[in-house]
Amino acid sequence: MVYQNVVWVIALVGMGLVALGFLYIISQVGRPADADAVRGINRRSARWRLTLFIILLLGFLGASYGTLHSFPIPAQSGPLAASQVVNVVGRQWSWQMSIEGQPAGDTLHLVTGSPVEFRVTSADVNHGFAIYAPDGRIAIQTQAMPGFDNKILYTFTAPGKYMVRCLEYCGLGHAPMVTEFDVTNPTGG
Amino acid sequence: MATMTMYPDDERLPRGERAAFNLYAVSAVVLFVLMMLIGLVMRTAQGEWMSVPPNLFYQLLSMHGAGMVGTMGMVTTAVMWFFLRKYVKLHLWAFLANYLLFLLGALCIIGAVFLGGYAALWTFLYPLPVHAMAMWSGGAAAWFLVGYLLIGVGMLLFYLDAAWAIIQRFGNLGRALGLQWLFGGEIDPNHPKAVVASTMVIIANVLGILAGAVVLVLSLIDVADPQIAFNALVMKNLIYWFGHMYINATIYMAVIAVYELLPRYTGRPYPISRPFLWSWAASCVFVIVVFPHHLLMDYAQPRWLAIMGQIVSYGAGFSVFLITAWGALTNIHRSGMRWTMPSRLMVLAMFGWAAGIVPAILDGTIAINRVMHNTQWVPGHFHFYLLLGVLPMALALIYHVIGSREHAPPNSGADRIGFPLYLLGGLIFTFAFLDAGHLSVARRMATHLPEWQGTDHMGAIGALLVVLAMLYFMARIALGLLRANPDARAAHPAR
Repeated sequence: MVYQNVVWVIALVGMGLVALGFLYIISQVGRPADADAVRGINRRSARWRLTLFIILLLGFLGASYGTLHSFPIPAQSGPLAASQVVNVVGRQWSWQMSIEGQPAGDTLHLVTGSPVEFRVTSADVNHGFAIYAPDGRIAIQTQAMPGFDNKILYTFTAPGKYMVRCLEYCGLGHAPMVTEFDVTNPTGG
Repeated sequence: MATMTMYPDDERLPRGERAAFNLYAVSAVVLFVLMMLIGLVMRTAQGEWMSVPPNLFYQLLSMHGAGMVGTMGMVTTAVMWFFLRKYVKLHLWAFLANYLLFLLGALCIIGAVFLGGYAALWTFLYPLPVHAMAMWSGGAAAWFLVGYLLIGVGMLLFYLDAAWAIIQRFGNLGRALGLQWLFGGEIDPNHPKAVVASTMVIIANVLGILAGAVVLVLSLIDVADPQIAFNALVMKNLIYWFGHMYINATIYMAVIAVYELLPRYTGRPYPISRPFLWSWAASCVFVIVVFPHHLLMDYAQPRWLAIMGQIVSYGAGFSVFLITAWGALTNIHRSGMRWTMPSRLMVLAMFGWAAGIVPAILDGTIAINRVMHNTQWVPGHFHFYLLLGVLPMALALIYHVIGSREHAPPNSGADRIGFPLYLLGGLIFTFAFLDAGHLSVARRMATHLPEWQGTDHMGAIGALLVVLAMLYFMARIALGLLRANPDARAAHPAR
């Protein structure tokens, strides 16, 4: 299941429901109501609004709990429980990525199935550190900001070539500011 | 309660006011067309249907962002002024000073971009304006920032004049917001919704503009001496606090047109209520504190700020769906309203705002933001409610004023073609962005991968249709406002 596709369907359904509501009202505009009918419309409108309020409130509470009870951003203070740590520095207009304890410049190889910590910062301006999965979709991202470390904890599930793109505009070389790394299965597959 | 007379006497525009309103309206539609043409060029360039060098692309992007946000602020200020002046004594000099300072600011920005090569976008994220890598000079950055300062000072002058006038009439801003009726008491049915909305905007956007002034001055200091370093996260918070409130204020100023005009077109009262007052009081707080949803990917930000950003984003949707959109639909339902340009535009505006909120709320969810942030999902949702929501609100008022000079709501054959063209183009254009966002197409890139360009082409086609419709609107509005005799009219009953 591609996460973005789920979001897309939710958006289309939500916007579609709004559109249906408007289309229904528009279809009724040409049937003017008399004073009694208007009072009835107002009463029904108040009841339906209360119903919609309750539905939205339940949705609000459910969505808040569902998306926040396991907080999607790892704690930023102290080390994370990761078997691999990657230090990332963005600068106009390149990425420097190195595994903790290894010299910078070596080709990065990560493995599936175990959490990886990315410590992301910038040497100059704001950048956006986004990891694109082999299917071309964003897997995870954070901002690269001068003076701060933003830490991602991510477990790769699929092997392949992952692209890193800058997603925060940073000047002329923003679009070509890319790099890549490999993710393999622990057995080497 | 808003008047039920179509063109009431207290909305007449005497010579000075008429000239001022015309300046705002005509300047706005001309600027919108120019900024839309820039947008069309960018979408076409991303789809490789034309070639634009990256440095020029980012200059155009900076111009488009600053130009659209500024013009939206300018024209919606005119909406607020048009109705608020009926209830409190506003000074024309403040309204005109805002316009002149806007023009001066716009000239600084245009010079910075096209003469100085400035290309750090309308959000001028610190420290990019001084880390240009030879793309532009510190002087160009300074002119851009000074342009913002001038526009902010103009708006602040207008708001302070409006705040003073509101306090003179209602005693204080709290009473103008209707806070005295939140928990009981008989609501004055004649308490103007325009005053409630204007007061909310003044409170929120004065804070935003002051935050903007702080970060603009700090950025200018950085331009003068790049060795001085500021906390990048604090600067980012200030920039988004300012930027978010400024653009949100345009929605809340523009919607006054719907509150005031819709009952005249439906012929049905649209009374003030306690839920309405609650919604505006809550929106006042929400719009001030919701800005952290722009920084959900700044993990160094305190966790409570991110949670607040998400929760308040959800909460803000309640007012839009349950009060403004629902109230407007109830007012329209079986009203027998005639379809003219103002009524069409108002219904479109309500739809654009309500539907555009859906992808916006999704993006305000931290877990979703991780894969949608800074993709084209973001311009998708804000173009949705700006292009199909806020701009139609302002156009509805302008068309209404043209109607007041032609003795009837405008509804020519060309209008009936221009409107669906705008609607169709707007839907294609915005859904192309949203589709691209769900495919992880990055925003703000001069060049796109071949697999991204299908959505660029759809976006360019939609943009072209919108530009064509806006070109017609521009000519119609300019001629309609400038040629008619403003006094040759009588009060008309509703509908």
